[in-house]
Amino acid sequence: MDHFANPRNVGEIADADGVGEVGNPVCGDIMKFFIKVDNGIITDIKFKTFGCGAAIATSSIATELARGKSIAEAQKLTNKAVAEALDGLPPVKMHCSNLAADALKAAIIDYKKRRGLDYSDIRMDDDECGGCESACTGHRH
Amino acid sequence: MQRVYLDNAATTKIDPRVLEAMTLALRDNFGNPSSIYAEARTAKKSLEEARAQVAALIGAKTEEIIFTGGGSEADNMALRGIAEAYGKKGGHIITSKVEHHAIIHTCEYLQKQGFDVTYLPVDEFGLTTPEEVKAAIRPDTILISIMYANNEVGTIMPIREIGAVARERKILLHTDAVQAAGHIDIDVERDNIDLLSLTAHKIHGPKGVGALYLRKGVRMPPLIHGGGQERGFRAGTENLPGAVALGKACELAAAGFEKNNAHMKKLRDYLLDGIFEKIPYVKLNGHPEKRLSNNVNVSIRYIEGEGMLLRLDMDGISASSGSACTSGSLDPSHVLLAMGLDHATAHGSLRLTLSPETTKEEIDYLLEKLPPIAGFLREMSPVYKAEAGACGRQELKNCAACPVGREK
Repeated sequence: MDHFANPRNVGEIADADGVGEVGNPVCGDIMKFFIKVDNGIITDIKFKTFGCGAAIATSSIATELARGKSIAEAQKLTNKAVAEALDGLPPVKMHCSNLAADALKAAIIDYKKRRGLDYSDIRMDDDECGGCESACTGHRH
Repeated sequence: MQRVYLDNAATTKIDPRVLEAMTLALRDNFGNPSSIYAEARTAKKSLEEARAQVAALIGAKTEEIIFTGGGSEADNMALRGIAEAYGKKGGHIITSKVEHHAIIHTCEYLQKQGFDVTYLPVDEFGLTTPEEVKAAIRPDTILISIMYANNEVGTIMPIREIGAVARERKILLHTDAVQAAGHIDIDVERDNIDLLSLTAHKIHGPKGVGALYLRKGVRMPPLIHGGGQERGFRAGTENLPGAVALGKACELAAAGFEKNNAHMKKLRDYLLDGIFEKIPYVKLNGHPEKRLSNNVNVSIRYIEGEGMLLRLDMDGISASSGSACTSGSLDPSHVLLAMGLDHATAHGSLRLTLSPETTKEEIDYLLEKLPPIAGFLREMSPVYKAEAGACGRQELKNCAACPVGREK
């Protein structure tokens, strides 16, 4: 709740080294992450999110988890780790944490593309909101 | 902290006069209305007085009211009962895409039982027309079920005109009047309604009690088999305190009808004007005139409803939204989508519903708290500046170059 009430690292980085956006308005969640990388370390990170309370909170905590980490460490961040850092999320909200981890990875992929680095080792948790579809069918009532 | 309750379409606070009537019934009026001695006769008398109070609100005859366990039960009873009783003649039901889930899910259930259901579309305001109803009628149509007023956007359907169509074609008409009863002048005779659902907790009564109006002569199998209570339609010893409370709530709704509606309508329009004045990029959902006097529903573009609700709650304000995250599924409101809203706009909907107790001070408090919340969430939204243009935020409403500007 604290990360929803007082989200950290909201905003954009004008001269970001990597920018990643995931989600779509159909799901109701869009996350955009901006990273600044220095010597392989994420020195600054900001986000913008259109989404529910859990989407905002997971975005916020994901930026906290990634800040100061090396690219190699940050790209291993999982949705599970994001949810655990928030002390758990209800099942229907789990896709929000998928998105936060993926938004970070999308920003890292963008960074690697710009540098001509190999990014084939990065695995997205939730491709283009695919988790939204499956979660919808599971929780419609 | 001060709480401002603006979700009266979800449920209402019990009226002290209803609570008193209910408490007295619970404490003193314990007899079983089906027995023959004095306590039973007193109970029976109270039950029938309550039935008359409910009937009076909608212009029905006393014996045409069946007490139920609420609005959803009344909806289920109406649709499943008519389907079973008249299903042999044919199996087609006409309803709309914006009905409450108690209707839509019952229709889906009936489809699985082999019935055909037409879900009529609505226009951008949430209205379906008598012409569309007429065009959907087939030789095997047994029932038309259209809500009197929509629970999300407050749009009032042309039930009287639909009733005329139904009567002309000799097809039964059911209406879900859960949101309308007590707010709209309903007369089942004038409006040609054959079945009507209503509930107590939307009109300052308790949860768990409602009623189905069933026109005399319309057949239906019992919902509950047993001792034959409620004219045999719903067996089981009557919920007398609930019935008394519903009766009292109906009586109070009828007595305060003009005054309450005038009060809520004035505050509703003041609230809407305030929102449009203070927040740019807002869309009114529902009909501008044909809407419930207590309903405000707007989409605050570029933000998502749940975040708004949580922040309003932190400020002591209770409201609701048609966003996916608040519906328990990941799809936004079926009503807003049926009205043609895109997903993003539907996700940003905010419903504020007033009561006769709502004060101008409470609306002013909301109007003070909502704009900064919208501003904060928009500042965080990746779609805001991208779509809203580079000309800024609050100043947008005065910007001649703005492609969207104010919408009303």
